[in-house]
Amino acid sequence: MTLSINGAQKTVALAPHALLLDTLRSLGLTGTKRGCDMGTCGCCAVQVDGLPVLSCLLLTKEAAGKEISTIEGLGTPNNLAPLQRLFWEVGGSQCGFCTPGFLITADAFLRSNPDPTDQEIREAISGNLCRCTGYTKIIKAIRLSAKERAKE
Amino acid sequence: MTSKEIVGKSTPLVDGAEKVTGEAVYTDDITLPGLLVGRILRSPHEHAQIESIRVVDASNLLGVHAVAVGADAPIRFGVLPMTKDETALAVDKVVYLGDGIAAVAADTEAIALEALSLIKVKTKVLPPVLRMDEALKPLKDGVEKIQPMHSYPGSRFKEVKQSFGDVEEAFRDARSSVKGSFRFQGVTHAPTEPHATIAHWSAQGRLTVWSATQVPHYLQRSLAEVFELPMHKVRVIRPYVGGGFGGKSDPFPHEMVAALLAKKSGRPVKILFDREELFITNHGRHPTKTEMALSADALGNLTALQIDALIDGGAWGSFGVITSYYNGALSMGPYKIPSFDYRGRRVTTNKPPSGAMRGHGAVNSRYALETLLDEIAEDLGMDPCAIRLQNAWQPHSLTPNGLRITSCGIRECIEVVREASGWDERRGNLPFGKGLGIGCGFYISGSALPIHWERMPQSTVHLKVDFDGGVTVHSLAAEIGQGSDTVLAQCVAEGLGVGLNRIRVYTKNSDTSPIDLGSYSSRVTFMAGNAAIRAAEKVAQQIVAGAARLTGQPASGFVLEGEEVIYAPNPTIRLSFVDAVREALFDSGALHGKGHYQAPNLNPDLPRVEILRGKESEKGAVMGGTHKGAAAGLSPSYSMSAYIAEVDVDPETGIVKVPKVWAAHDCGFAINPIAVEGQIEGCVHMGMGQALTESFDYNRGSGRIENANLLDYKIIPSTDAPEVEVFLVESNDPEGPYGAKEAGEGPLLPILPAIGNGIHDAVGIRMRHLPITPDKVLAALDKKR
Repeated sequence: MTLSINGAQKTVALAPHALLLDTLRSLGLTGTKRGCDMGTCGCCAVQVDGLPVLSCLLLTKEAAGKEISTIEGLGTPNNLAPLQRLFWEVGGSQCGFCTPGFLITADAFLRSNPDPTDQEIREAISGNLCRCTGYTKIIKAIRLSAKERAKE
Repeated sequence: MTSKEIVGKSTPLVDGAEKVTGEAVYTDDITLPGLLVGRILRSPHEHAQIESIRVVDASNLLGVHAVAVGADAPIRFGVLPMTKDETALAVDKVVYLGDGIAAVAADTEAIALEALSLIKVKTKVLPPVLRMDEALKPLKDGVEKIQPMHSYPGSRFKEVKQSFGDVEEAFRDARSSVKGSFRFQGVTHAPTEPHATIAHWSAQGRLTVWSATQVPHYLQRSLAEVFELPMHKVRVIRPYVGGGFGGKSDPFPHEMVAALLAKKSGRPVKILFDREELFITNHGRHPTKTEMALSADALGNLTALQIDALIDGGAWGSFGVITSYYNGALSMGPYKIPSFDYRGRRVTTNKPPSGAMRGHGAVNSRYALETLLDEIAEDLGMDPCAIRLQNAWQPHSLTPNGLRITSCGIRECIEVVREASGWDERRGNLPFGKGLGIGCGFYISGSALPIHWERMPQSTVHLKVDFDGGVTVHSLAAEIGQGSDTVLAQCVAEGLGVGLNRIRVYTKNSDTSPIDLGSYSSRVTFMAGNAAIRAAEKVAQQIVAGAARLTGQPASGFVLEGEEVIYAPNPTIRLSFVDAVREALFDSGALHGKGHYQAPNLNPDLPRVEILRGKESEKGAVMGGTHKGAAAGLSPSYSMSAYIAEVDVDPETGIVKVPKVWAAHDCGFAINPIAVEGQIEGCVHMGMGQALTESFDYNRGSGRIENANLLDYKIIPSTDAPEVEVFLVESNDPEGPYGAKEAGEGPLLPILPAIGNGIHDAVGIRMRHLPITPDKVLAALDKKR
């Protein structure tokens, strides 16, 4: 099976029931995290054709032929995406385990809603759990990112 | 000293770029050649004698490389040396539903699970003890104790009493006295990262364990004990940790199991918990029944506090001895209360073990105390802020239970949130259903007396500065997301007058890092921070010596700042940091410095207790008094906090919302303000969960948790998280690093009673059972009508 991940084609041999989360992690894309295996925490969020999905609930074969984007494709340490930089700068990431899932979710959300209210941000990330921050600085980072995108 | 360049400035976490890019490597992200999957067979019974375990079918399954049972590693361990009651896997009996019975290591998870299904266990089911009142009675069916190694009879684990002053007389003479029965359900840490461990034995017989732990040092100790190795034969590596909150502060059975399976198979073994395993092995906050009474005189001065706490320890000891004391000792403030009577009883039940969770031992009693304080104020016709201010601790005072209070910003905390929230105008004047409530608290900045009464420092930091001009910091202080690596980097950069980009922090490896006791009891900033400052001073002296030699000026005149070494009497004489370093090391090699921290003797006037067993000691232990349990709650410094919560109660549905919280915390000095804010905001969120939505829901009459997943265990979602306005009060602690105190746990305490008291202001009901779910609110409103 051939998958398109972060713009690169990868051919993988898979069991038919392989979950996208397991496939990605077995390819070394370990930024996508396993938090609950049942779609309750959002740590495993990735984008498929630009929309956020929970990779622990998606069969890999269902993502074949589509564009899969993971945290590794969002930006690199030398070239952080603005959303990544802001999560870091304003303290939207503490232990960091939920962070990739939040970034993936927020990135997709801001594309669909470039000028959100705080309430809309809260609703957009309500499928992602963070146990460290109380969400305050996550919401702030997303709000600031929207403002930066608007200026560009 | 010159003005501070690095500390006191909001600093993005030094390991933050790795986290936002997904590069940060957590334990489950690690793979090794030949790595096997380990899984644990868990007990379906709450309490049972194991008669036989048949593993041959599992062992013979293709792809299985090791099967382990309790008898393979029977040495008991536990975080507290006086209550080592856990084993890698159950020996002879299981004591809670979920207790490990056997384990396998296999090529894949599917094979491991199939192998578990092939293990045949014969048990004799014993009557379980599930309720605390049952645990106080003799056990049934000839069972003498749930845990044979516990010293108390029956199912009692620990009973402590502390009494100061004449409580009976105080209540007799009181103008106002109130009492209440409070109940607290168990709650758990629920970090986003499940437990994960990898173990590997090298050809030389050394054991390496990678684990998501807050306490690498205690894990190293326990592994050495269980596998009968000298401690130096054990290496613990702590990868990035996805949150702890106390949930990763015990050495755990699964860590022993991974090591056992790796030993038996000769291959590295990884154990990763699923979410349900994380819930059922728990170690979270103790379910508690608290009877409390509080009295005051006619002027509103508090006169006596009486507490009787019955604490559900679940199956194991964990930190329970400390919990048993903290429910009392950490209630005696931040108010002057001259007389105090406490009884704490922790019982063992056949339920998932309780342990230390953020605000350990202080949270439940705090809710009760702050609620009763509001009731006394109401009875006396006083304002709740006013009664707290009137009774607030003074800086540099001593409490009746021997706590040495130094810096103390509790008054400032109350005043700032009172002002910011519009308390004086708004409280009592909001429409029905809206209210304001206040809660306060204090917490230790590390325990002055460490868990192990041994002759060793509580924290040590090593520095290395070499020809490249980089500064390497080594410490075993466990970064778990709270930002301790960043605090260490800041303290060292400040001390050497250099930018943070020169600093490299290594805190993951017990081979190379000097011992720090770990990230629990809010000790790291205070203790490791002080050690880091001292280490930087040692290195600075060497750099200055180099500068003095090169310039011919006396060493005493140099300061390090702005990446330069400057001769203060004539600032035109200056060297770059790197030039001074190179001069200092050219004939000696890389510069090294170390600093350590050891809590001082906090009350030299009192007799000292010998801490060094069988050895002569000059210093003796740091004790606040001569009463039993005097060390419980004793800390070199205490944080203070006061919160006001705005609460909306819907009288039709019983749903409670918290739109806004004003949170003031006295952290002494905020070394990294953005991280302190983050701790406070996170504490508000976690405490609000315990107040309103989170609880362990047991199937009636069993020890089975019905909501062992993140859907049914209700953490406050982003849509209900309050807006938090943070106020940092800086009381400048005389012994803290740059004046800093803790900020990781204390900020959780005030939010629960602030919400409870806000509900009373909103709709006139006093809620004594947590969590305050809509059904309880509606029942209380019905009762009031």
